[in-house]
Amino acid sequence: MKKEFMKKFTVVMLSLVMVFAMAACGGSSGGSSEGSSDSAEAVLYVGATGPLTGGASIYGTAVKQGAMIAAEEINASETEFKIEFRMEDDEADGEKAVNAYHTLQDWGVQVVLGSVTTGSCVAVSAETFEDRVFEITPSASSADVTNGKDNVFQVCFTDPNQGKTAAEKVMELYPDAKVAAIYNNSDPYSTGIFNAFKAELEANGKELVAEVTYPDDSNADYSAQLTSCKSAGADLVLLPIYYTPASVILKQASDMGYAPTFFGLDGLDGILDMEGFDTSLAENVMLMTPFNPWSDDERVAEFVKKYQDAYGELPNQFAADGYDTMYVIYEVFKASGLTTDLSAEELCDAMVAAITGDFSYDGLTGQEMTWSTDGTVSKDPVVVVIKNGQYEDM
Amino acid sequence: MKKKRTKGLSPYKKNEFISYGIAILGFAVITLLKSTGMLSSSLQGQLVPICAYIIMAVSLNLVVGISGELSLGHAGFMSVGAYTGILVSGILGTVGVADPLRFAAAVIAGALMAGLAGFLIGIPVLRLRGDYLAIVTLAFGEIIKNIMNIVYAGIDENGFHISTKSDYGLSPDGRMLLNGPMGATQVDRISTFLYGFILVMVTLLVVQNILNSRQGRAIMACRDNRIAAESIGLNVMKNKLMAFTVSSALAGMGGVLFGLNYSTLLPIKFNFNTSILILVFVVLGGLGNIWGSMVAAIVLTVLPEALRQFADYRMLVYAVVLIVVMIATYNPAIRSRVSAFSEKYLRRKKPAPKPAEGGAD
Repeated sequence: MKKEFMKKFTVVMLSLVMVFAMAACGGSSGGSSEGSSDSAEAVLYVGATGPLTGGASIYGTAVKQGAMIAAEEINASETEFKIEFRMEDDEADGEKAVNAYHTLQDWGVQVVLGSVTTGSCVAVSAETFEDRVFEITPSASSADVTNGKDNVFQVCFTDPNQGKTAAEKVMELYPDAKVAAIYNNSDPYSTGIFNAFKAELEANGKELVAEVTYPDDSNADYSAQLTSCKSAGADLVLLPIYYTPASVILKQASDMGYAPTFFGLDGLDGILDMEGFDTSLAENVMLMTPFNPWSDDERVAEFVKKYQDAYGELPNQFAADGYDTMYVIYEVFKASGLTTDLSAEELCDAMVAAITGDFSYDGLTGQEMTWSTDGTVSKDPVVVVIKNGQYEDM
Repeated sequence: MKKKRTKGLSPYKKNEFISYGIAILGFAVITLLKSTGMLSSSLQGQLVPICAYIIMAVSLNLVVGISGELSLGHAGFMSVGAYTGILVSGILGTVGVADPLRFAAAVIAGALMAGLAGFLIGIPVLRLRGDYLAIVTLAFGEIIKNIMNIVYAGIDENGFHISTKSDYGLSPDGRMLLNGPMGATQVDRISTFLYGFILVMVTLLVVQNILNSRQGRAIMACRDNRIAAESIGLNVMKNKLMAFTVSSALAGMGGVLFGLNYSTLLPIKFNFNTSILILVFVVLGGLGNIWGSMVAAIVLTVLPEALRQFADYRMLVYAVVLIVVMIATYNPAIRSRVSAFSEKYLRRKKPAPKPAEGGAD
């Protein structure tokens, strides 16, 4: 009897797994892609890893699409070499990311763009450091990504850096505010920002009136967290989280008639495009994000148009990061004066020297971006406020 | 009750030899390919995880196949082993112990901790009948994951620190070992394929010797008929607990091997999906079939990578392959054909059956 049941049970479990596996793969677009290239021409092989399936696939897909637009632009221009771009799925998992990176190695990758998510990027950067491959990530923001690795660079701010800058902005804009924070204590991004934010506030003699957490597994109800912020009298609530839980928080806050200033970070970018979200709830929410698709900037407008024509949606910050990263690779490669027939190892040191030298890049996510030898970027943070369903520069 | 020795190998021995054969042959072939430089870097990067998954699958088979209990938290034991191993290796690394010694110490510590966890959980749960073990192990996996999310640990000149707060007074030049939800970072990657192979052999040695011993027969007797086993004086609880503890300890060993192969390890890696993945290896390989688990672990680890050319449809193809294998291995028509084939060609000692359909070559 027992064995019978076991068999049946396991069969049922297996079918469930398969259904999930299939569901996870639906809705994603593209596993690998190539920029147009001619075999006779000089080609630079740029490989990327990022989540193209699973829960984080929206980030990987956005980076991929942004980078592809950049690669197409570069290949269409008058260059001495073409860029061939390929992105492998890593499901935002360190183990899969290392596998994906090895697959790219078999393909002949010369420069690594990625990884998109932090966990994957830390795992991959340890490999690229050992193999001596130049790596630049559009969006992996943990300090561990670049820590101790001279070959890895970031286009985005690090989490601690973002937390610190957010604290400075908050103290500058709202010197007298009673500040509270709601964050996800099982998420590296959220915890990293929060810890730095808190440390910076305390260094300036300010205290958080409330700091409440929620775990990854429960993201349906935040009324308890909001109530404790409200009863602590907080009039500014920091949300160093992603936009899905933030949308629920905004809804529940408005339901209970609690209207503090919500201050989000780049994880909140994308909330306006969320399906079924009433954008009026996000009115007056402030966020620190490197990319504003409604900006008057000419290059941004051109990118947004191209992106919309190609994919039928508004590009988010990850798409812009992907676009910028591809251009940074291109510019650095040109600046280093190398040729595409060199191996990844030979390119690495020269490109590291070029990017940390007298190099600066103006992109969609920041002007005059420069890189220090520790791999972090320096650019100005941009704070926007949501008005009429759009970002408005402050 | 000495069994009379028959001609050829007993089924036990035969299966044992197949398992060792797969491991040794695999190791030899891979080493040869590696030395000639014919191994793709994609496959080369998967060698250690494959070894770890083989250990996980074989050890889970001890619980699910041989002792007949359903465990859904095997990844939890893997994570106990992995994080213990990372801590031990990290601490020893700062005092400058040689890598092989560090690895050995990490493996022993990881196996002991995971075994202890399995023992403690097994005591209350294995007394129950039905599927309570499945529920409790499932919960255990989740609890471990959530505990690891709030553990911070590091080592500096003042010694070893461990805390549930992120600001626990680690000096700036100290070495962070565990960083809450960011998991273990800055892990020294000291796992190698050779270590993996050795651990696989240890696992096989342990599991197959249990299987082919008085203890193993007692465990299987308790699985097949609890009342009958009790009536002849077997202590069901003790036998099951022994199998469960050994399995947990081996899983911890696999976890150490896995954890020390990557520079970072997020607690979320050891979630329910990983437990199910290992269960899939066991079920697909056949419950109680040790070499089946090995083959399933190898194939199902390599397959998703080999399917990368399908891009978007990768996981779809993967799922289809799983379904086809399930149907094929459980289909009586195909099974009888395979056994007829092996009767005819592989067991020459036995009288040949009458010629089956299909020509002989």
